[in-house]
Amino acid sequence: MTKQQANWSPYDNNGGSCVAIAGADYCVIAADTRMSTGYNILTREYSKICKLADKCVMASSGFQADVKALQKQLAARHLIYQHQHNKQMNCPAMAQLLSNTLYYKRFFPYYSFNVLGGLDNEGKGCVFTYDAVGSYEKVGYSSQGSGSTLIMPFLDNQLKSPSPLLLPVQDAVTPLVEAEAVNLVKTVFASASERDIYTGDKLEIVVVTADGIRREYMELRKD
Amino acid sequence: MKLDTSGLESAAPVWGAPSELVDGFSAAPLFEVPNTTDFDGFQKEAIQMVKPAKGTTTLAFIFKEGVMVAADSRASMGGYISSQSVKKIIEINPYMLGTMAGGAADCQFWHRNLGIKCRLHELANKRRISVTGASKLLANILYSYRGMGLSVGTMIAGWDETGPGLYYVDSEGGRLKGMRFSVGSGSPYAYGVLDNGYRYDMSVEEAAELARRAIYHATFRDGASGGVASVYYVGPSGWKKLSGDDVGELHYKYYPVMPSTVEQEMIEVAGA
Repeated sequence: MTKQQANWSPYDNNGGSCVAIAGADYCVIAADTRMSTGYNILTREYSKICKLADKCVMASSGFQADVKALQKQLAARHLIYQHQHNKQMNCPAMAQLLSNTLYYKRFFPYYSFNVLGGLDNEGKGCVFTYDAVGSYEKVGYSSQGSGSTLIMPFLDNQLKSPSPLLLPVQDAVTPLVEAEAVNLVKTVFASASERDIYTGDKLEIVVVTADGIRREYMELRKD
Repeated sequence: MKLDTSGLESAAPVWGAPSELVDGFSAAPLFEVPNTTDFDGFQKEAIQMVKPAKGTTTLAFIFKEGVMVAADSRASMGGYISSQSVKKIIEINPYMLGTMAGGAADCQFWHRNLGIKCRLHELANKRRISVTGASKLLANILYSYRGMGLSVGTMIAGWDETGPGLYYVDSEGGRLKGMRFSVGSGSPYAYGVLDNGYRYDMSVEEAAELARRAIYHATFRDGASGGVASVYYVGPSGWKKLSGDDVGELHYKYYPVMPSTVEQEMIEVAGA
């Protein structure tokens, strides 16, 4: 008797790309707004970016239902933290929380590829990049999602910073100013939209600075 | 007096609602398990789809002055290099290190969990945990998850009251005490260099250079290893990071480009 195969998968891939870049006193987080399934576009105006705390923003691509569940889980845990500690979580703490939350579903993973961006306690930009089961590291820039293989080499070329593992220690954040970083992000998504069918429609850019969070949009190719 | 049997409890749950993460670090965390008849098939597909980061070279050896630990820093997802700057030497506490090989998330999570357990041991017993004890704690946890698809190949290196200690622990449940180990896809290459150059009575500088070269050679030949070669030393006063060198630059340091004789002649002619 042949083994019974599942005729239904709990997962789906809604496509899309996200990028985050850390600067000396800012952090840029961006994602496209297209949500697809297979060859169909479900909507052109879906936000993949979620504000987790005052200085901490997450962008996730992959299966958006899992992403939504993950965002709710994190928001709930953040609220508990605020009740217990009477303050907002800082970015490195949220990064560890996200890693643990992902790993707690190690045997039934969230199909969610995340980048977390924000300002650390000293006001410097920080970006954390994750795989789907929770391994993470602090980096100067990162991209995830269907266009990441197109975007990452370009960011490596423009922003390649010394590895944080080198001794003597060298700074990982980019020397670019905020306006240059935002321009770079726009360029990167324009290129990714040309060659990745799942990336396009509109680009949502979130910039986290000491003054707060600013949101910006740019049109991308709709084909 | 009730004996503390938390270490012997089976950590892998089958039933039971996912509990809040905040309570009870002594028992291993409860995990949600998918509601399917074919657990192994599901895990295989999920892991293939999710493609968690792995691929690596790590090594550690005991010598006269202590323990030397070294690793590369590349993480690959299938054929894509997902990162060139992964920290594969994990600082469990100021006198103990763990290395990461296999699934990055598995290693990061369980090493952090081990660090928590070691700290709880210190608080409960008013003394530091031994390397033997720490490696046993980790090995018991991994054994209880045996068959569920965790991928962990780690070495626990440290200095305790009995001197330097080195154990190899893996997700199959194996735990080995030894003097020299290398783990990961690049380990055959690292073993070649390490076994050839090893002597028990080396100085710290010689041992560090041997470890660095072994990692470099592994990154040279193994596609899944690369990035930065980090070398740590564990001595009586704890661990210290000795070096972190980009392996691309190490290549030209070990094999510098020599101008060939033809080029030299041409330079002489141009100067004449």
